[in-house]
Amino acid sequence: MIAIPLQHILIFSLLLFAIGLYGALVRRNIIGILISIELMVNASNINLIAFSKYTSLSPETGQIFALFVIALAATAAAVGLAIVLALYRIRKTVQADEVHLLKW
Amino acid sequence: MVTANHLIWVPVLPFIAFVVNIFFGARFLKERAAWLSVATSTVACVIALPICWAVFRGAHFANDFTWLMLGTTPLKFGYLMDPLSATLLFMVTIVGTLIQVYATGYMHGDPRFSRFFAYVSLFMSAMLTLVISNNYLLFFMAWEIMGLCSYLLIGFYFEKDSAANASKKAFLTTRVGDIGFLLGFLTLFTAIGTLDFAQMNTLLAGHVGHTALNTGLLSMAALFIFCGTIGKSAQFPLHVWLPDAMEGPTPVSALIHAATMVAAGVFLVARSFSLFMLVPNVLPIVTAIGTITAFMAAFIALTQNDIKRVLAYSTISQLGYMVTAMGLSGLGAGTFHLITHAFFKALLFLGAGSVIHGTHVQDIREMGGLFKKMPHTAVTFIIASLALAGIPPLSGFWSKDEILLSAFGSGNYLVFGVLLLTAFMTAFYMFRLIFLTFFGQARNHDVHAHESPALMTLPLWCLAVGSVVIGIPGSPFMHHWFQKFMAEMVHYPEYEPSAVVMACSIAVAVLGITLAFVMYLKKTTWAPAVAKKFPSFYRLSFNKFYFDEFYVTYLIKPFHALGRLLFGFDANVVDGGVNGTASVTMFLSGVKQWIDTYIVDGFMNFLGTAVYFLNSVTKRFQTGVVQNYLLLAFLGFLVFIILELKLT
Repeated sequence: MIAIPLQHILIFSLLLFAIGLYGALVRRNIIGILISIELMVNASNINLIAFSKYTSLSPETGQIFALFVIALAATAAAVGLAIVLALYRIRKTVQADEVHLLKW
Repeated sequence: MVTANHLIWVPVLPFIAFVVNIFFGARFLKERAAWLSVATSTVACVIALPICWAVFRGAHFANDFTWLMLGTTPLKFGYLMDPLSATLLFMVTIVGTLIQVYATGYMHGDPRFSRFFAYVSLFMSAMLTLVISNNYLLFFMAWEIMGLCSYLLIGFYFEKDSAANASKKAFLTTRVGDIGFLLGFLTLFTAIGTLDFAQMNTLLAGHVGHTALNTGLLSMAALFIFCGTIGKSAQFPLHVWLPDAMEGPTPVSALIHAATMVAAGVFLVARSFSLFMLVPNVLPIVTAIGTITAFMAAFIALTQNDIKRVLAYSTISQLGYMVTAMGLSGLGAGTFHLITHAFFKALLFLGAGSVIHGTHVQDIREMGGLFKKMPHTAVTFIIASLALAGIPPLSGFWSKDEILLSAFGSGNYLVFGVLLLTAFMTAFYMFRLIFLTFFGQARNHDVHAHESPALMTLPLWCLAVGSVVIGIPGSPFMHHWFQKFMAEMVHYPEYEPSAVVMACSIAVAVLGITLAFVMYLKKTTWAPAVAKKFPSFYRLSFNKFYFDEFYVTYLIKPFHALGRLLFGFDANVVDGGVNGTASVTMFLSGVKQWIDTYIVDGFMNFLGTAVYFLNSVTKRFQTGVVQNYLLLAFLGFLVFIILELKLT
């Protein structure tokens, strides 16, 4: 089995995180932002598993940690979608730049 | 069966009448208020008389309870029935009851009828308490309540300014003496440590001639106590209130200002007699005051034209007699005259009241020829006048004779002479009054006199009988029983009856009556001629020795001036101080307000403005667009990363 070096995996996850960040910053649709955030979360999950596999004495630690993060991301997405739904009902829009309720 | 323990009811019953009359009289009892007062007074009389009788027969009652403890000395309140109090109790209950019966007729139809009887009942209660009291403090309390009643009753017709002023004058003038009395018995308490009469008598009786007690202190006590007598018994120089007191209803004048309350002053000296006997240097002062009063008041009475004022001055004069008797160590004589005087002077006042009731005038110059129209009043009035003038065998003769005898027997011939002259004037002015009122021609034809109702004439006749017979116990017919009876209590010098004194006494009385008869009935031109012949004497008498003017000029006006001065001080200095403090406070508050507004508030507002200003810069970051926040967080993160890389 060909071992993929750690550096490759880290570069891969960095790219994934950058794509997610870019999406989160520039997408106008809130659903899109949520999807981008999921991308960033998963990039960090890859890092967790990679470090766990290459450096840790017990690889299970990173995997369990990743499972927790997935669960948290799921709940965060659920709450985020609920907020989006409520927002849509009130403002009839899902465009992030059209909503600035938290302004000073 | 009446026993001595029922004595407590004697003052309590009239007090109950007072309470009932004052609270329910005006609304519920109305004219029946009088019957309540008369009834309680009568019952008191019925209780008192058997007890008095027992005392006259030689018994002696006393009872007390501890009112409070002064340190270790108990102060006991209770009653003391000795010869002196029994005598007065006898007189006060009888005279008081008769006068109240009379007042029922006299006050008929008065709008404040029930209040009058309430006050009279309160007075009776106080007077009876005073008479039977066994110590100075209780005595003084009753004494003050009597002063209050006197004030209320003199000012009974308070709508009249003169009555209101007279009541004020009486109250304030007697107050001067009362302060003396209060100081007196307090001094006495300091000296001998008791206020109880019986204890004082035994304590002092054992010390005659000894120096174990502080005689200086005792003399002071006696003098101060005598001040009370001067005030209450209207002695010179505090006699000025009594003539003005005649503004009250006539039964009040009879009860309070002739028979009972004014006699309380003399009674006080009699009560303190053992004290006065122990300090012989005070007695000449007492004698002098009494003699001056007797003469001066009789002299004033010669020219007065108001029927009640003549009687008022006569009362002062006779009280002067009693005080003189006390000063001459004549306890028996003084007390005897007190009793006889109470009967005939009460009768005279009630007679005068009857005349006023019948004619509605008080000035004797407007009367005249009333004998036929008011026979009962006239006859009883003449009996009383004869008694007062000292015609034997009426009561006044015996008592006045005793006083003259005290003066003569003790060798005070000057006093004797002045008293004799006073007796002459007394006979003269009383019969001047009678001849001008009841005889001659009616001078004012607008006056339609009528006899008073039986309710008023009946007490007159009862008192007339009293005036005739009350002198008997002190006369030679009963071997001077009364004087011996008094001597049982405190020993005092007695003198053998003297035919010279009796002859002089009768002679001046007859002379006075004859002169009055000539001057006012036969040769009516004489009286103005005499007045013209001695204008200074006439003016002196007519203007009452200018006492009121003297007091107004030298006491009342300076007091008013002082009052105005103090008021000025109060208005300018005291009020000025208070107002000044207020102004200064206002000014300081202004300063503080300025500081508060411009410095404290200014600082706070500055802080607020500064924060607002800063806020206007920083709040621009809070755009409300979440992606901006995320961008900022990312940029911040990058900054941290860059810093971290640089450092390492």
